[in-house]
Amino acid sequence: MQQGSGLTRTLALIPSSVMIGIFFLVPFVLIVLTSFSVEMDNGDYELGFSLAHFERFATWFYIERALFSAGLCALIAILSLLIAYPFTWFLTNFGPRTQTLWLIYILAQLSLSEVLIAFSWQILLSRTAGIANILVWVGLAEESFAMTPSAGAVLAALVYLAVPFSVLLLYPALSRLDKSLTEASRTLGASPLRTFFTVVIPVTRPAIISSGVTIFVLTLGAIIVPQVLGQPQHWTLSVLITDQAIFNFNMPFASALAVVLLVISGSVIFAVTKLTGAKA
Amino acid sequence: MSTLRRIYLALFAIYLIGPIIVITAVSFNEKRFLSFPPKGFSLRWYAEIFVANDWFTSLMNSLTIALAAATLAVLIAFPVAYTAWRFGLRYARALFALGIAPFILPPVIMALGFLLLFTSVGINGLMVNVIIAHAIFLLALPLVTISLGLESVDQSLVEASQTMGASGWVVFRTVILPIAAPFAFAGFAFCFVLSLNEYIIALMTVGFTVETLPVKIFNALRYGYTPVIASIAVVFMLVNITVFSLIAKFSNLTRILGAQD
Amino acid sequence: MSGLKIEGVTKKFGSLTAVEDVNLHFTAGEMICFLGPSGCGKTTLLRMIAGLEDPTNGTISFDGQDLTHVPVHQRDIGMVFQSFALFPHLSVAENITYAMRIRGHSRSDREDRATELLDMMRLPGLGDRRISQLSGGQKQRVAIARALALNPKIFLLDEPMSALDANLREAMQIELRKLQQELGITTVVVTHDQTEAMTMADEIVVMGRAKVLQTGSPMEIYKKPIDRFVAGFIGSSNLLPATLTGDNSVRVGAAELRVGENRAGQGAGADVLLMTRPEEVFVRAAKGDTPANAVTGTVTFIRDIGATIEILVDCDGHEVVSVLTPKDWPDVKVGDAVTVEMPESACMVLAA
Repeated sequence: MQQGSGLTRTLALIPSSVMIGIFFLVPFVLIVLTSFSVEMDNGDYELGFSLAHFERFATWFYIERALFSAGLCALIAILSLLIAYPFTWFLTNFGPRTQTLWLIYILAQLSLSEVLIAFSWQILLSRTAGIANILVWVGLAEESFAMTPSAGAVLAALVYLAVPFSVLLLYPALSRLDKSLTEASRTLGASPLRTFFTVVIPVTRPAIISSGVTIFVLTLGAIIVPQVLGQPQHWTLSVLITDQAIFNFNMPFASALAVVLLVISGSVIFAVTKLTGAKA
Repeated sequence: MSTLRRIYLALFAIYLIGPIIVITAVSFNEKRFLSFPPKGFSLRWYAEIFVANDWFTSLMNSLTIALAAATLAVLIAFPVAYTAWRFGLRYARALFALGIAPFILPPVIMALGFLLLFTSVGINGLMVNVIIAHAIFLLALPLVTISLGLESVDQSLVEASQTMGASGWVVFRTVILPIAAPFAFAGFAFCFVLSLNEYIIALMTVGFTVETLPVKIFNALRYGYTPVIASIAVVFMLVNITVFSLIAKFSNLTRILGAQD
Repeated sequence: MSGLKIEGVTKKFGSLTAVEDVNLHFTAGEMICFLGPSGCGKTTLLRMIAGLEDPTNGTISFDGQDLTHVPVHQRDIGMVFQSFALFPHLSVAENITYAMRIRGHSRSDREDRATELLDMMRLPGLGDRRISQLSGGQKQRVAIARALALNPKIFLLDEPMSALDANLREAMQIELRKLQQELGITTVVVTHDQTEAMTMADEIVVMGRAKVLQTGSPMEIYKKPIDRFVAGFIGSSNLLPATLTGDNSVRVGAAELRVGENRAGQGAGADVLLMTRPEEVFVRAAKGDTPANAVTGTVTFIRDIGATIEILVDCDGHEVVSVLTPKDWPDVKVGDAVTVEMPESACMVLAA
């Protein structure tokens, strides 16, 4: 009665399996193998087992970069959730048409290349065309000045990058939130604000936490904003990996850094799923 | 509350849309140097995208890659999502989980992996490299949208068509495929847009041979301000908005994004 | 061997037996209702007739042709699903002519047939509508039209009224029955609604716990239920614990009653149930001596809904309901001591 025997079903999966196997699993294995590879005299490297690249990472300079990356991304996750959460709540209470229009815009901005976001913030923070001119105009500053490169600029642009993602990550939980819960809270005498803090936020807490983690991992991947709007001391692990791989041709060290990045993002995802899974 | 709400929403909208408006304004600037508010009005930086040979080449590269990668991703995703849904094959579900993973990890990791893979087999800098890399990186999108589409095919619809004489293949062609197709299209469109905007994987796989627009923009950025970038940003934003509007029109956007019907 | 024949059919899902050893035979052109509570196996049985489930044992045949292992799409059936299962991506007319399209009928044939069926189902001009634009009742008519498009030999309906409003249901039951009689098509309806079954069926099959409990015409089953389960499922009934004092007499408390029928299959001394239908028992104000074939009790509730009056009487801890027409009104009020007359012909003994 069912269509297709077990064999044809499996055959249908062969092309997909080959593609996913070769182009997802193999690159992973290669990263791990390369990170342990042995450097030869001519500067090339061959497969082997050496911890040299991890030892190089284990210096204060790189550990500090890793801590900086993690700290920066955690801060961004918190800030973008703070900005996006109330909006998402209001959004889910809009009519379907308004909701769709907003979602289209948010998706469009979210998909906009990080290169272009960095560029727009470069303009926004520039001396000639930036918001500094507004400060001059209102009389808060004597003359216009450039706000880049600076840590603040990196932070501002990365939060801007993360907010649309936060909205979309929070959207399912908030739009599925049973509206009768908030109505019940109102009939029991709670103000809208009180309802928001005592019902809406606690009920969606698992979604808040998992969105925070996703934003964290997502901003760990940012590459262009720190380069364009920051100085080398604002570079994150992702930038360093690119730098090592593309401009220093040091694949083993780039791979070692990638393994570190993988471990950081993997363990954060794991820890938080464990944590929220146990409570939910 | 309602005043507070209005102020917050206004600030949020300004914050979100402000930078895009500034970029749009700057793109109509007549002069080569940067200024805001813009001086004069000109469409020359839009014309430049299509006239200047190198920008146009990059645009065509990006479009070709995005179309091919999105097609490939849908082709890889469909059998996996279908067999997982229809037959609940454990193997298909495992593949499904694997297919989601690349999208969750920091893209630089996938980028480095692709770079190592392509250099180790000695196939460097071909456009097909970045097409495959993007298809795998973005595979999660068609996987998720197609399975959402398939989940909307109620089992009773399949049974109804069987009682009216449809055999397996006919059921697939006349019921399952037409219902799932808009969702597959949504997956395709998501892939297309994200591939068009993707930087790091394009850089690491083919950055020195096939320059995509994001790679070219970044290279240009390092040599200071070029007004064409502003016009490209506007064009990209318009492309994004068009694609997502199409998804909203032909598929169920709020459902794809996780709202209940 | 004309008609639908089900022989020794059993269906097991793992360790669960959904349908156990069912044997039924229906004449072609009849309307049959499978009636029972949810989970009794009636839908599984229907799905086996459709070919959507394979029986674990037994055979299903129609007009002498063994259908047991014929795949569903080759069975020549029309089925209406509980959710209607209309294709959301097709218009009303495209839904109706789906079966014709996949068999390669020409466009003009399909259009003609769609118009004909829409007229028959009193939905003229709705062919181009989207399914989402239809009301529940319209959806059901489309689902029926779609199932009948190719004049199938067997017409199957799975809880067809459950998605409709209560007031629409009755009208639809009558309409469906008329349509079925007009077309003379062998029809099987699954339902848990006894009124629906009694309105439409030539034959009712009462099912419970995977088995067929009783088969017969609606009146047979109403008048002569085989046990307390069937009695409770078809119509409402009064059940009083009683002791058999002879083949056709029982004692209820202090009262001695003659009974019309003993279906308990037991003799004097056995504990049984005395069953009566509410419209066949009469409440009278108590006047000294108790009349023959009656029990005594106290009125606990009176529900006057105009056309009928329902009186609830507590008889020694057991509730007896009497439904009277206004002309039989005994002029009692809540708390009054009454006698409940149970005519011999209305009394039936069932196994406890």
